[in-house]
Order: sequence, then structure tokens, then C-alpha cells
Amino acid sequence: MGAAGLARVAWICAAVGLLVAPWHGLEGGLAELGAWPAGIATPLLGLALGDRFWLLPPLGLLVLATLPLFGLGNAGRILTFAGAASVAYIFAQGYAIGLRGLEWSWLAPILGPEVPAQAALGWGGALAIAGFTGICAAGLAARGRFGGDAFIAFLVIGSALLLVLFVFLPLLRVLQAAIYEHDQFAPSALIARLTASEAWSTGCVADGVGCGVVWNTLVLATLTGVLTTAIGLAFALLTTRGELRAVRMFRALTILPLITPPFVVSLALIVLFGRTGIVTQWVSYLFDVPRSRWIYGMPGVLLAQLLSGAPIAFMLLEGTIRAIAPSLEEAAATMGARRLTVFRTVTWPLLRPGLAAAFLLGFVESLADFGNPLVLGGDFDVLSTRIFFAIAGARHDPGRAAALAILLLALTFGAFAAQAYWLGKRRYVTVSGKGDSGVPSPLPRGLAMGCGAIALPWAAFTAVIYGIIMVGGFVHDIGRGDMTITWRHFVTAFEVEMQAGGAAFRGAAWDSLFTTLEVSAISAPLTAGMGIMLAWLLARQVFPGRRTLEFMAMLSFAIPGTVVGVSYIMAFNVPPIELTGTAMILIICFVFRNLPVGVRGGIAALSQIDRSLDEASATMGAGAFTTLRRVILPLLRPAIVAALAYSFVHAMTGVSAIIFLVSAKYNMATAYIVGRVEAGEIALAIAYSSLLIVLMLIVVLGIERVVGRVQIGRRGGRGENEPAEPAMRLGA
Amino acid sequence: MSETAVRFDKASKLFGSVRAVDAVDLALPRGSLVTLLGPSGCGKTTTVRLIAGLELATEGRIEIEGRDVTRLAAAERRIAMVFQSYALFPHMSVLENVSYGLVVGGARRQAAEAEARQMLDTLGLKGMEARLPAELSGGQQQRVAVARALVLRPQVLLFDEPLSNLDARLRRRVREDIRDLQRRLGLTVVYVTHDQQEALAVSDIVVVMRDGRIAQMGTPTELYEQPADAFVADFMGEANVIEGEVIAAADGRARLAVGGSKIEVAMRAGRPGKGRIAVRPEAVTVLPVAAAEGGSNAIPARVQRAAFLGQHREYELETAAGALFVVAPSGAAAFAAGESVQARIDRAIWLG
Repeated sequence: MGAAGLARVAWICAAVGLLVAPWHGLEGGLAELGAWPAGIATPLLGLALGDRFWLLPPLGLLVLATLPLFGLGNAGRILTFAGAASVAYIFAQGYAIGLRGLEWSWLAPILGPEVPAQAALGWGGALAIAGFTGICAAGLAARGRFGGDAFIAFLVIGSALLLVLFVFLPLLRVLQAAIYEHDQFAPSALIARLTASEAWSTGCVADGVGCGVVWNTLVLATLTGVLTTAIGLAFALLTTRGELRAVRMFRALTILPLITPPFVVSLALIVLFGRTGIVTQWVSYLFDVPRSRWIYGMPGVLLAQLLSGAPIAFMLLEGTIRAIAPSLEEAAATMGARRLTVFRTVTWPLLRPGLAAAFLLGFVESLADFGNPLVLGGDFDVLSTRIFFAIAGARHDPGRAAALAILLLALTFGAFAAQAYWLGKRRYVTVSGKGDSGVPSPLPRGLAMGCGAIALPWAAFTAVIYGIIMVGGFVHDIGRGDMTITWRHFVTAFEVEMQAGGAAFRGAAWDSLFTTLEVSAISAPLTAGMGIMLAWLLARQVFPGRRTLEFMAMLSFAIPGTVVGVSYIMAFNVPPIELTGTAMILIICFVFRNLPVGVRGGIAALSQIDRSLDEASATMGAGAFTTLRRVILPLLRPAIVAALAYSFVHAMTGVSAIIFLVSAKYNMATAYIVGRVEAGEIALAIAYSSLLIVLMLIVVLGIERVVGRVQIGRRGGRGENEPAEPAMRLGA
Repeated sequence: MSETAVRFDKASKLFGSVRAVDAVDLALPRGSLVTLLGPSGCGKTTTVRLIAGLELATEGRIEIEGRDVTRLAAAERRIAMVFQSYALFPHMSVLENVSYGLVVGGARRQAAEAEARQMLDTLGLKGMEARLPAELSGGQQQRVAVARALVLRPQVLLFDEPLSNLDARLRRRVREDIRDLQRRLGLTVVYVTHDQQEALAVSDIVVVMRDGRIAQMGTPTELYEQPADAFVADFMGEANVIEGEVIAAADGRARLAVGGSKIEVAMRAGRPGKGRIAVRPEAVTVLPVAAAEGGSNAIPARVQRAAFLGQHREYELETAAGALFVVAPSGAAAFAAGESVQARIDRAIWLG
């Protein structure tokens, strides 16, 4: 697209946004459009001509942007300035004048003492911002930036703006909330909050009163990291080097945690080990052990995190072991080393980077986990749950929540930085282009037995856990061991009554299920589309600020869901962008949370597509957009489908972020299930969870079928056969 | 032949602070096949990408057929390019690949396909229309890539090392095919290669590049016989560079003093004085010590190494002027390592 073309379209968009569309949000829905063009649906033009003179500048800038359309003035400079200035001004005035009137008191001398309250931006605002962004991009393209391609300029500027709005700004809001107290700037409050004893107390060492929540989190995460790695390693060694050839079964197990809402294993643990749990009853009956609530606390949370983390560690370590060239081990053997020596001196050192990666993955997953500590934590709090209770609990304290969020964020970033630093240097590439005809040497006997002793009971345990989830919904009260078969939980949740006018969905869970499906179905294509587009920009285009854009796009991967949730309610609860309580905030949240995976997948797939294909297309007269549409996108289909599947599944199973964002009107399945658990209705929760798992399994298997079929040519189909690299490199 | 198809006016391309192409002036005649030749990193590929518009010049000006294209992107120039990897779209059939440029250029699909079919016929690819690139041999893929470029009737057709993925036998045939096609259609072709034989075989004009600059530009014969400096002499075939002195020069002949001997050889453009002299391996004749035909041109030598290569023999001689690498026809008399011989220098090139 040429700069002039973009400028015209963008100008029309901005003009509609300023002159026609309702400037502010319509909280009462489309019905309020009836008031147009006055009242609540007044466009900016009407407001500015009324008493809101501060809305005049965008109109002036729109007029200024008209000049280049008729060939007047320096198009590049004028368009760039008018676009950038308008976007900046619209946001600035939105923050300056809010629901309580003037927010930036230093502007009082200019705007006068009585500034009327101002609501959030609506469709008009959105259109105007999009339009002015386009005008700015057209200006930059006309000045020769972005290779003179207006399409690319618009994509870069637009996605940068979106990333700033929905990833960066919310984080800044958290920082702001932590540093303010009672609307006063108070750095001392931030320091007090960050060093509070609730976070850092070491009381438990001395008198067992209970340790600081940071220590809890760190200890739990370290244990989870170490143990998931150990269990994963045992499985991986057995499947790659042992006699055991049950890879398929283990692979099937690895899919489960991906499609299971994170806290579901907790429910099964309660059913087994809770005070009235099945195992607890037996043990108390057989050995006369008093029943206790030991599962509620660190042991239970740890067990739950191990159940969901171990398969992921297995997947990662299996890839690492397979990448070790067997000829290295054979070489050691020919030099006279015995099996155990070979393992100790060759295999193990080569494994170490993989082990570190697995540990850090388990560590970070544990930091970010919210569902399991919420369900099983009892009095044992970790940062993510403490943040939640600081917002949703009896003592609503956003400042405290923000400070805790900063601590959690610091821990996560620290882990990612450690990973980048440590693994950046020590990556032993043992995969070369040359074929390796070696045969992996079998495990030393003692080691094999040790692995078996860990892996087999664990596999059985995992099977029991998922068995409980699948059975639990169909029996009367599995939580108390009442195993009478019944449909009543499903009836409560999903009753459908056939009436004269059609089916009526009377079950209590229908609303949340429909919302979940709707939000997932909308956010998945948006995530995949934006992710692939960003991947294309980052991998194929050269423009200033590329590394910054990449960093912003990948950033949200390192932000724990709880922090995202907190930051969103802090950033989007008041004008100028007011989204809380809508379905849109759920969709936006998922899009930007799942974006990094789409970007990574897209970049990986693009690296398989030779750049000369793009260039060939360009030399034949195709612009960037045509090349993208006709050459790149068809070749990226497997990556697109994979991104779709990932974002759909994660939108269905995510809980940590959206638990802050759901509302009575737009509730999500996971949040609903957590609510049932808190109300003690475990069986209903399990019934709903099992339905979600089955739904997701259908989606994942269906997508695998489709992806399996779209093998194209030599270059196109290669991406998906490669071992899945753990999706955790920050900005790299 | 006389009008200029591509003109560079002090065109430079900087990557960071590296001058990949450094203030190059260039005028390529219409209808000629011009080869850009040089070692890797000399800027030849960047030069062809500047013509294509895949890179935009940092400084200077570029014209194609009289039009200033300095700031135009590849899509807006009327060029076509055959890539080293061929860059055939793996998800499109041969026909779709060849008609792609016409379709994105706004032609109706049917018209585009008819034209593409015709071009495929011309290149002997009839019957391959429905195949995917992966189902073709390397040579066929190469021809599809050429068809895809030609069908757009470009003002300049660019080849970036188009033969490097083919085996040696096929390479010779394909380069002749390209040459024939270029002559038949009167195309302006710019051709990048690092293989001097390929360059000598097909070009009207060879441009030898070094460190982003043009070392020398001329016909293959000019470059071989009158290289401007040691670099070009060495790059255009092998050359023995020795120190010597021109005593007198006239009418394409010169008296030289090399390694203590005075000889008279064929030499253009020599000026009296000390300097470097290049001697081509085939411009030296190895003769027995006693042979009379050595005459005033011969210098004493000793065979260091001798090798029989079927079509010819190679010798490495030790002389007072330095080591000489010599190629002799295999029919000539053979010498063994260690033998004393005389080396008759027939022609030499003055490098100054």
C-alpha cells in the first residue's frame, strides 16, 4: 500500500471517529445510540463546540492532515506530526480529565477551576486513535522510513501502540499504585510495602509462626523445580535409554497438563487426601491414624504442581537426551569407559543445560501458579494468592497488591534473566547436519532401577488422579466417598429443558461455558493473527526499534497471570480506557498473554522459509502485503494453526489473570469452577472440569488432524516436526 | 548495444559502517550480458541487489533505462531476478509460479496462464505445468526460475550465481542456454558469479569487483590479456607475478630483465622501469636445457614438481626470478621433478 492510499483511508477513519461516532463509551449498550448526535452519544465535534474546548485540538490536527491529501505542504512531516500529536493529545487529555473532573491539578490555571467530569473513550475515540495512527504511519512511510512501505509502517506503529497500551502501561499502573498512598506520592510507602514483614518474615524458622510470603513462594518454587526435573528426568531416561518403550503413553500424559485447567489436579488431591478423602478414610480405618488436613498447605500445593509440571519437564528433557549424539557415548565406550562411567562423564555433563532449563521452567510455572495454591493452600499463602486476596479479600488494598505484584514480577524476571545468562553460554549443540549412526548406550543397571522406582509409581499416581477427575462427576459425592452413580452434577450445571420455543439452557454453568467458548473463539484468531504478523515483522522486516518491539511482544510471557490481572484492573477501571466488566477485557487479556507463543512459533516457522522467496516475489512486482498474503501466509499455515490451538486452549484453561477480570455478566468456566470449590461443591467442580478436558481434547486432536494434513512442499512442512523447544526465552 | 540500460552514479551501499558498494560508477549497455565477478565479499551480490531494488542505495543514484530508480522498491522496478536458490514458491505449481508475477501485476488469470504456458514451452518445460517445484530436478527448477523471470519482459534480467546448485556437466549446458536466450531475445542481463571461467565463457562485458569497488571492466579478452593490476590478473585465470624491469618497449614487444637474464617478450603497454610482471601459466614453454628454440627468451629453471592431469601437464619451476607455475599441453615433452630445464617466456603482462 502506498503512503498516499493509507493516508486517505486513515484520514476518513479519523474523521468518522471525531465527527460522527459517539466519542465516549456507551455503557448501556447500543440502545443508547438513540440519543445520537446528542446526549450520551455525542461525537467529539459536538462536545468540543459545547463547553469542552480542550477537545478542539484533534479537530485542528485533522484539518492540518487534510493539506497533504491535496498535495499541499511536506506530506511526510505534516502527516507524521498531525498523527503523532493527535494520538498523544487524546490520551493526555483523557488522563488529565477523568471521572472526578480535573485529575492533573497543575492544569487548573489553564482549564479553569470547574472542569466537568469526563467519561471513558468510546468508539469515536478508538476510531480516531486508529485513524491518527494510520496518518502518522503514512507520514513516516512518505519520509522513507520503513523502506517507504506504508503497510509495514502501519503494522509496526499500530502493534507498538497496542503493546504499550495493553502490556506496558498496565505494568506502569502497578508501579504507580505501589508508590502512591491515598492519592499522595509516597516513595516511603513503596519501600515499606516492598520490605513488609508479611513478605520477608523469617518467623517460621524460629517459632513456626509462619514465614514471609516471598520465602513461601521461593521454597515452593525451588522444590517444584527440583522435583519436576527429577521426575521428568527419570521418565526421559527410561523412554530414551532404558528398556522401557512406553513413549506413546508418556507422550499422551504430557498433553494432559496442557489441556487441564491448572487447579483441577488439586480437586482430585482433595478427593483422595482431604479430611474425608478416600485415602484418608482407609488409612484412618486400617491404621487408626487420625484424620488431618495436611493436604491443605505446602505439601498439597507442591504435589499438585508436581503433577502438572513433571510431564512438561519430561517433554523438555526427552528432547535434550535425544539431541545427544550417541556416537559421543560410543566414543567414550571404545576408549574403555564402563556404562556408569560413560553416563557420569559424557551423558550427564551434556544433559546439564537441559536440566537447568527444566528446573527454571518448573520454578517459573510454580511462581505463576495461582489455581492450586488458591484451592489447596489453606493458610499457606504464596505471592500470587496473596495478591489476589489483597484485591478481592476483605481488606481491599491495591497498594499492597501492587507491591506484592512487583515482588513476584522481580522473582520471575530474575529467573528468566538467570536462564538467559546461564543457558546463553552453555548450550552444547550436539546435533550437527551429519547423520549419526550410533546406537544409544543403555542405562547403567542401578540407574535404570532407580528411575523405574520413581517413574512407575508416579505414572500410576497420575493415572489415578485423572481417573478421579473423569469419574468424580458421575458419582454422588466423591469427596465423602459416596460412590453412587448419579447425573445430578451434570444436571445442575448443564440442564437443558426442551420447550415449545426450543431448548432452554437452565443449567447453572451454561452462561460461563458459553462466555468461555465465545471469548476463546474470538481471542484465538486475534492472537494467532497478531502473533504471526508480529513474527513476520520481526523476522523479515528491518526497521528502527525492531528489538524494542520484539522485547515488548515477548514481555508478557514473563509476567505471571496474577500480575496481569491486577495490572489490568488497575489500568482499565477508569477513563480514558474503561474496560472492566466487559467481555472485551477478557479477550484483550488473552490476546496479549498468549501473544508471545504465537510470535515465537511464527518466527521459528519463518526461519524455515528462505528469504529469497520474499525477494523473488518483490522482484516480480508484489508489494509487502501481496507477498505476505500469497507467499508467506500459505507457507505458515501449520504455525498459524498451532498458534490458534494454543491460544484457544489457554483461553479455555487460564484462571490466574481472568479471575480478576470476570464479572457477573461475563463469567468464565475456570472462575466459575473456582467459585464452586470455594462453596464446597467439589463434585460439581469436577464434573465441569471433566467436561472442559473432554472439550479441549476434541479441539486439540481435531487440530492435530488438520495440521497433520497440511504438509506442503519441502520448506513448508518442516516446522512442526521439530522438537518443541520450551517456550521460555525472554526477548531472545 | 550502445545505449545504456543500467547506470550507477557514485552509488554506495553501507551496512552500518561497512561500505559493501563504494561510490561505484557503472554504465551497462542495453542488450549485453554483463558479468559481475569477484571473490566473496567483494560487493557483487550487493550491486545486483541494488539494481533489483532489494537494497536501496545509501548514496548516489541508479538509473534503469533512463529512469531514476534510486528510491524505488523492487516491486516498482521493471526487473526480474533468478536467485541462487531459485526461490520457487513451494506451495504453488510450476504454472502458478510462472504466472505469479503477471497475476500480482494485475493481469487476468487466464491471460497470465496462457503467457506462462508459452514461456514454459520456450524453455522446454511443457507438461510440467501442474507439478510442484519439489517434484522437479535441479535443472528443471532452474529453468522454471528463468521462465518465471522472463515472462515479465524485464528491462534488466538479473542472475545471482544461478549455476552454483548444479553439477559441473549441467552447469556448462545451462550457461550456454542462458547465453543463447539472451542473444535471441536481445535481453540486458546482469550475471553474478565467482567463477571466472563461467564469466569468460558467457559475457560481453566482465566487471571485476574488489572491496566494493570496480577493479576493472572490459571484454573477457581485454581482462585476460590486459589486466589492470595483479588482483585482476590473478583473478582472471592464474598468473605468476614476478619482479622485473622493462628495459625498452615498442610495438607490442619489450626487453625485460628478470632474475639476472635479459629476455624479449610480447608485451602491450609497457614502460621502461622496474615493476611487477605477470606471466600466464600457458605463456611459458618448458624446454630441455640443450634445446635451441629457447633462444633469447629463455631463463634457466629447475622442475620442482610435475603432475600429469590428462588434458595437460602442470609444472612448478624454480627460477632466479622466482617460482613459475606452468601449464603445458600433454602432448609436449615430459620432464620429471629435479630435472634442469629452460623456461621460455613467450608473453608477459606489465602490471607496473
